[in-house]
Amino acid sequence: MSDIDQSEHAPRHHILSVLVENRSGVLARVAGLFARRGFNIFSLAVAPTDDERFSRITIVVDVASAPLEQITKQLFKLVHVVKISELHPAESVERELMLVTVKAEPSLRTEIIGLAEVFGGHMIDVGYAELTMSLADSPDRLDACEALLRPYGISEIQRTGRIALPKLRRA
Amino acid sequence: MRLTGAQALVRSLEECGVEVVFGLPGGAILPVYDPILDSPIRHVLVRHEQGAGHMAQGYAQVSGRPGVVVVTSGPAATNLVTPLCDAFMDSVPLVAVTGQVARGAIGTDAFQECDTIGITRSVTKHNELVTDPADIPRVVAEAFHIATTGRPGPVLIDLPKDVANAEMEWTWPVAIDLPGYKPTIKGNGRKVKEAAELIRSAERPVVYAGGGLLKARAAEELARFVDLTGIHVVTTLMARGVFPDSHELALGMPGMHGNYTAITAFQQCDLLIALGARFDDRVTGNPAHFAPGAKVIHVDVDPAELGKVRVPDVPIVGDCRVVLGQLNDDLVKHGVGDVDRTAWRSTISGWQERYPLRYQQSEAGIPLKPQFVLEQLRDHTPADTIVVSGVGQHQMWASQFWQFDHPYTWVNSGGLGTMGFAVPAAVGAKVGRPDRTVWAVDGDGCFQMTAQELVTAAAERIPVKVAILNNAYLGMVRQWQELFYEERYSEVYLSPDLPDYCKWAEAMGCVGFRVDAAADVVPTIEKANSINDRPVVIDFRVDEFEKVYPMVPAGGSNDTVILGPEGDEAAARSGVAPS
Repeated sequence: MSDIDQSEHAPRHHILSVLVENRSGVLARVAGLFARRGFNIFSLAVAPTDDERFSRITIVVDVASAPLEQITKQLFKLVHVVKISELHPAESVERELMLVTVKAEPSLRTEIIGLAEVFGGHMIDVGYAELTMSLADSPDRLDACEALLRPYGISEIQRTGRIALPKLRRA
Repeated sequence: MRLTGAQALVRSLEECGVEVVFGLPGGAILPVYDPILDSPIRHVLVRHEQGAGHMAQGYAQVSGRPGVVVVTSGPAATNLVTPLCDAFMDSVPLVAVTGQVARGAIGTDAFQECDTIGITRSVTKHNELVTDPADIPRVVAEAFHIATTGRPGPVLIDLPKDVANAEMEWTWPVAIDLPGYKPTIKGNGRKVKEAAELIRSAERPVVYAGGGLLKARAAEELARFVDLTGIHVVTTLMARGVFPDSHELALGMPGMHGNYTAITAFQQCDLLIALGARFDDRVTGNPAHFAPGAKVIHVDVDPAELGKVRVPDVPIVGDCRVVLGQLNDDLVKHGVGDVDRTAWRSTISGWQERYPLRYQQSEAGIPLKPQFVLEQLRDHTPADTIVVSGVGQHQMWASQFWQFDHPYTWVNSGGLGTMGFAVPAAVGAKVGRPDRTVWAVDGDGCFQMTAQELVTAAAERIPVKVAILNNAYLGMVRQWQELFYEERYSEVYLSPDLPDYCKWAEAMGCVGFRVDAAADVVPTIEKANSINDRPVVIDFRVDEFEKVYPMVPAGGSNDTVILGPEGDEAAARSGVAPS
């Protein structure tokens, strides 16, 4: 999985894991530091941690390393930012959740369900001529699944943006 | 004890040691103005909220205490944006309290509503909307803590009117709980040793003293460092006064309008000791050509400054006073090295002899030179006079020609370059140091932006003195148009006598004088110095065509200093071309 990650989004792709106090306006402050410099946030996920006083923001940005270092230092100056770590794709595990509604005439249902099973996805809703499946996996696996579903006709798709944790040491 | 939110706010300000607030009331802040009547805190009623902000800055800069502003919502908050940004750029500790519409009306485009928190987010060190009156003591205590520690800066508290009116249970002291805010004070011991090693072996070292030294109250440690090492000190615009200009190792100001020796000492040094400085573009010129042969020690309390412009060889995060103390202790313990720096010292004194600041003296019949006015003002005011300037030519001349021998005697808008800063900042400075003579040195363009605060000064009996260097132009812009736009003067002419500055001063309750001739300069300054019951304004009619030199054009290399006509002439006479 890690080798896929690296080939996919090499050199400018960075994942920041930002631990913040769970206070109003924190997200706007964090996002503002990127917006001020004209950098686009590629994806963003925010949720409380096990300690309800803190939330974790996972930000994926496409920025060269030098400006990112400056942004990281500026982020750390925000009073409500507690800790920042950059997660290198090769040294972290990432997951993202996708919900996708695919056009599926009754004659194609089995085929699409089979495809979903290959990826380890689940059917979570079935309509007369559509299926909604969920898939939680690495962003690249989601990309691959999305590409294979596209010919059937995707009527809606929603992805959460990735979350990540450092890889564990085995030695 | 039950208090209203408004009472709790005023009480919290008292508990934080606030003695004066600068402000102007209005709808949303009305509840706070009622307990202000019963408080020992002095309130200075300004004529425009921008004035309140700059007064608080002037007060903070000279007193070392945070400046406090109280204004209402909407237009008052937006009027405060400029001073907040100015304070943010120059790291001035401020606490601003803005009124806000009631919680239920927020976001409905209510009367005098604006998104103060959103608007001020990028110009404050921190800001907070108070949604529960019980939070007020904590929010105020945290605001003062954040504003005054680490790299100081402005903090804004946005207080909805219904929160100010609601009751809460008063408790003090309150616990400050900021898990994400822990400024590093002490320098890393290993890095300090590395820095001391570089200092011991440097052949051509120079101190690059920045405004952070003043914020850290590090003048004494700096003096001790210089006593120990004999290293020359360059003081940036923000640091003027931290090291006495009268000291034989003082080189004065660097940068775009710095003197030749300070600029060139940076260019040719082999070790740059940057203390509380941020390698601003006005200092470095083109950073790729700045101090090309120098190793860099960079000490700053803000880790984001280290490596922002120039990657230092030895980065040290910490409070400048504490880190200099550590460095001095190491130099005392392990010695200062035995490198012979005689050649470097004589090179520097050679530059100083050949390229001093020059201008053509005022004589009868020729227009008054602004530099002459400043020299006379400098020589006919007490040595510890506080000088406050606006932004432009007069600011550069003031920094160049004043002799700063005491810390906290120079107040100006460095980073943001806010025209109109001088008058209100001078008023605030005089409130902070009523024992000192306070002179604002202002331009005619700047003066017209905020002069109304002289009404505040007259009404509140704050006897500041203002020297307008009136050249009838937006002079610095005119200078750039002359040098870089082929003398095509676009929208820079202001007229010398519209407005009539003397009548205007008198209308505002001040004494007004006009000076055209060199012979009248000193007598008028002495008259102004003798007036202490109201503000004084002197309209000095100075040479329209005078330019600020030396000059390094924006983005240029600091190896190419334009000395100006008098400087070039002198260099030619001495037979040495500036390198």
